[in-house]
Amino acid sequence: MNHNLRVESVIISGHDGHQQEAYLAQPTDVERCGSVVVIHHMPGYDAATREIVRRFAANGFTALMPNLYHREAPGASPDDAAAFVRANGGVPDERLVGDVKGAMDYLKALPSSNGKVASIGFCSGGRQSVLAGCRLPLDGVIDCYGAFVAVDPPADSPLKMTSVIGEIGALRGEFLGLFGAEDQYPSVEQNELLAAALSAAGKTFTIRTYEGAGHGFFAVDRPSYRPEAANEGWKEILGFLERVVA
Amino acid sequence: MCTYERETLPVRASGKTASGWASMTEATVYFDHPVHFAAGHALMIDLRDPAAGPSQRVALELSATSARALAESILRTLDSTPARLLSELS
Repeated sequence: MNHNLRVESVIISGHDGHQQEAYLAQPTDVERCGSVVVIHHMPGYDAATREIVRRFAANGFTALMPNLYHREAPGASPDDAAAFVRANGGVPDERLVGDVKGAMDYLKALPSSNGKVASIGFCSGGRQSVLAGCRLPLDGVIDCYGAFVAVDPPADSPLKMTSVIGEIGALRGEFLGLFGAEDQYPSVEQNELLAAALSAAGKTFTIRTYEGAGHGFFAVDRPSYRPEAANEGWKEILGFLERVVA
Repeated sequence: MCTYERETLPVRASGKTASGWASMTEATVYFDHPVHFAAGHALMIDLRDPAAGPSQRVALELSATSARALAESILRTLDSTPARLLSELS
């Protein structure tokens, strides 16, 4: 984690050409490097997730996080934006894929790009990272405790989303899943279903389940933070990116 | 887990936002990851005026116990208020 870096807000062309705010961090002391699209969690385009974006650049990867709530809430604080979008039912899958594609295209067009891009998402973004990887030519997909990847929400739930497991055969890049053993959404059993589907589809994948950790163990600003799991998880993430996009 | 579960109801209310007092037209109640409250999940209440934009919001994040106590306190207060006062602005 020794690279110099430059950070800026940029405008990218998202789903349907929407001119969308995004947060970009680039290492400035490398000629070419791989990239990662960071998909923020449901609480939004917040300070903790921006810190994650900068961490990738400090480790030699360009990272770009589209503000998934920019359409409804341009200029609003991340928590107000998240509340507004939540009240409207969240981000539709098709729009999410379009926004990640916009970010992927932006990264590939950078002069420093080596042409390889992965995605990573946390919480709701974990499912969205898998979804994007099934529908876009991403070189790697990282899912950090995304719920409803392997199973649909309970029948009595008002959640609109559906599982992604039916599309897993279309996944083009290598897969990394990082989960907490104490998490219920996704549970260890649900992650085993995902592993079985990836295996049946002949995909290259790694799944790590951390004891003593539940949902949100990477979140340094929340009581769910588990330093041991997060430190091990970061090693997995950076090793994965070295392998698939560097 | 990001639940996205919520109840939304129309309200007649005023709330003090970051930019001052404003009329609120809608309440959203949900149980999910809080922004500030130190727990994995909380009972969240947003009083909002969506027509005025995302920032027209008064937000609360409560423990489940506190949320129930607050709800009961509101009902007790209303139950002990003379009917003629309640009918002023129904």
